[in-house]
Amino acid sequence: MSEGIETLDTFPKLLMHHARVRGDAPAIREKDLGIWQTWTWREFADEVRFLACGLAAAGLKPGDHLALIGANRPRIYSGIAAAQCLGAIPVPLYQDAVAAEMAFPLRNAEVGFAIVEDQEQVDKLLEILPQCPSLKHIYYDDTRGLRHYKHAELESYDALLSRGRESYRRDPAFLESEMAKGRGSDTAALFFTSGTTAAPKGVVLTYTNLIERSKVVADWEKITDKDVVLAFMPPAWIGQNIFSYAQPLVAGYCICCPESAETVTTDMREIGPTYYFAPPRVFEALLTQVSVRMDDAAAPKKWLYHHFMGVARRVGERIMEGKPVGFFQRFQYWLGDLLVYGPLRNVLGMSRIRIAYTGGEAIGPDLFVFYRSIGVNLKQLYGSTETSVFVSIQPNDRVKPDTVGPAVPGVELKFTPQRELLIRSPGIFKEYYKNPQATMEAKDAEGWFHTGDAGYIDADGHLKIIDRAKDVGALKDGTLFAPKYLENKLKFFPYVKEAVCFGDQRDKVCAFINIDMEAVANWAEKRNLAYSGYVDLASRDEVYALVRECVEKVNADLAQEKEIANSQIRRFLILHKELDADDEELTRTRKVRRRFIGEKYAPLVAALYDGSQTVHIEAQVRYEDGRTGKISADLKIADARAFPPAAAMRAA
Amino acid sequence: MDRGRPVGEVLLSVEGVSLAFGGVKALNGVSFDVYQHEVRAIIGPNGAGKSSMLNVLNGVYHPNQGTIRFRGEEFRDMDSHHAAKLGIARTFQNIALFKGMTVLDNVMTGRNLKIRCTFLEQALWLGRARREELEHRHAVEEIIDFLEIQHIRKTPVGRLPYGLQKRVELARALAAEPVMLLLDEPMAGMNLEEKQDMCRFILDVNDHYGTTIVLIEHDMGVVMDISDRVVVLDYGRKIADGTPTEVRGDQKVIDAYLGVAHA
Repeated sequence: MSEGIETLDTFPKLLMHHARVRGDAPAIREKDLGIWQTWTWREFADEVRFLACGLAAAGLKPGDHLALIGANRPRIYSGIAAAQCLGAIPVPLYQDAVAAEMAFPLRNAEVGFAIVEDQEQVDKLLEILPQCPSLKHIYYDDTRGLRHYKHAELESYDALLSRGRESYRRDPAFLESEMAKGRGSDTAALFFTSGTTAAPKGVVLTYTNLIERSKVVADWEKITDKDVVLAFMPPAWIGQNIFSYAQPLVAGYCICCPESAETVTTDMREIGPTYYFAPPRVFEALLTQVSVRMDDAAAPKKWLYHHFMGVARRVGERIMEGKPVGFFQRFQYWLGDLLVYGPLRNVLGMSRIRIAYTGGEAIGPDLFVFYRSIGVNLKQLYGSTETSVFVSIQPNDRVKPDTVGPAVPGVELKFTPQRELLIRSPGIFKEYYKNPQATMEAKDAEGWFHTGDAGYIDADGHLKIIDRAKDVGALKDGTLFAPKYLENKLKFFPYVKEAVCFGDQRDKVCAFINIDMEAVANWAEKRNLAYSGYVDLASRDEVYALVRECVEKVNADLAQEKEIANSQIRRFLILHKELDADDEELTRTRKVRRRFIGEKYAPLVAALYDGSQTVHIEAQVRYEDGRTGKISADLKIADARAFPPAAAMRAA
Repeated sequence: MDRGRPVGEVLLSVEGVSLAFGGVKALNGVSFDVYQHEVRAIIGPNGAGKSSMLNVLNGVYHPNQGTIRFRGEEFRDMDSHHAAKLGIARTFQNIALFKGMTVLDNVMTGRNLKIRCTFLEQALWLGRARREELEHRHAVEEIIDFLEIQHIRKTPVGRLPYGLQKRVELARALAAEPVMLLLDEPMAGMNLEEKQDMCRFILDVNDHYGTTIVLIEHDMGVVMDISDRVVVLDYGRKIADGTPTEVRGDQKVIDAYLGVAHA
């Protein structure tokens, strides 16, 4: 990192710095009409300057909020930077949210300006415009389908930009002085959390929060301007934003925007990112794809794959961590790398990955070890929007799959007597927007942030998270009940997409299961099992037997753990529909909203506990366009075998 | 309907067209016209002569009687190659793509008539051939972007589901930059979602490129939703012509579709 960068305390200042020192190096790439187009740092900076002047001329003032709604596009990021140039506050919103969900943040933050990607987002904003009187300017990037929209609020991004260009030419000093006014302690951005229980909260993060954390981790992991990142998660998610906006501006690396959500796999192979962050479900989906395709492969290929994956499981991780491994094993792994792991990494687009992170929720040990054993340096990190992500990261040479690693430099951890994790670091957020009550509950006078997560620090100093502190409950007999822990164990089976466990203050644990359509359909096809659709497949006895096997394996596992052996799953049912964020059953980051589901499907829960064998359900579903419909079905309820708790003197 | 481009002059007029195969009269004195930028539907029960009509417009069949004028010029000795040159492109009821070729290559074939350089220049990959290839590739990529088929760009067509194949066929027809696009049952065999997508794309094409669209379709809902005017054929004769609402209320149309008691 060049000298002087330490004094640059805002993103616009960092951006101008990169435009000076590495002006011709790529800053953002985007695949457009099948060809990767590059914005250099200088072009990026110019775009931001012009856009900022355009926005200023349109009336954007310091402290105003600018909403950004769209997939990863260079212009979403230039919008964020342009707002920050003027001391205004960018508010990225989830692009897949339905219109009604956008109304709250827009009203709450009194958003006056929005930059959106396309017609889809424009339509949503126009729909809720009457509820958001503050919203006066909407700029759209992609003009397709928008030529005949006559609303006074609408204008194209291009028109705004060209006005900005003229205004910048007339008076370039204006913007420079605006940028110079920015201070590290100013608000950099407002991120709305997905809100598992209540209305979303706007998390206010300062420049110092984001820049300090990004810098510490970039130094710690030796991230340089040679690294490349593919940005494919929603930019409104802090996990994406920090890797595709904050950290590139600190380290000067290049981010790449895929052509569309469907082309991510291809784009990833073409780009070959070196630095990667994705939630577990992305890794899971990739592995499912590989497994499904391997199942269809010819016998010799299958043999090769299974043989060398066995080798990788035994020694792959040890080799990556530089631990001693025998010569013959090393040779076998080398051969495997040549024949299986190398080509596999290539197919996954992971050939050049130096560091891959996963976080946001627990990752299955098998899944995690799979990637590490084929030579992808996958590591877990722990953090949230309120902590500017980085709290703890697994170090390169000491990865323990069931923990999230030790705290990164600058982070202090402690626990309440109820096992709730408290964090203090320079990355802790300033406040919840317009919500002093919530701020006070989450952040105490000494600056400790109450995460709401329960966990402990193990003997090696690694942090282990078990569940949300408030979700940890107890069965009637006093057994510890950690629903997420059980659900995660179930979800680690490829056939189970989601699971919801009930048991707090009850005599036994019961579960809802969502089958994974892709995996189960493939399984059914192999057995010549005909079915007409999701509902039919989910109600098949064969599928129930398949799921029962998974549940019983989990039970066998649980029987080994003394404290929770009694929380084995006694009864379960397979839901007739996929849990969906549009029906508010999942958050936008796809976490199950257990309480909401419990209330919505109360008759099903009751049936699980009253011993009935079937139950009738009528449910309302919401389609993508916001309309609602009804579906009804008869669901079967199945019992699962429980295992006696392991003997106290069990051999280790 | 909120139209982008105003419906313009008469683009195509069909007057008293008759077509017979031996003793079977497929078309019997059919007359109608198509305005610029409109979406015109031809509907009718099975065997009404819809596909025959489309094949006449396309130059595949030659009418025994009657005249057809396209942009004021009369169709004489028309064949499908000539029709394509005039700016008439079409899709087929039973998809006619090159199954073994990728989506990109298939759409590129739609540019065939636009290629100016010679076979030799292409074989030797000389300057002009290369420049042209780039231009055509650019045009094709815009269509791929327009119809949202980027993710299957390099996939052989034979491996795609039916709905997507239909979209690729539309892409290929669009690649020829047609003035008039003939769609032969663009929604046949599709599920509801695919139909909705296809409707949106047809309207988008009509709006964005200003292409005049003549379509044959069985699905009455679709026809009524997206067409400006509808011609109804039955046993080779025109029995109605007008806006969807007019046609829907027409007794002859109802009889033709639902049958009438021959007492």
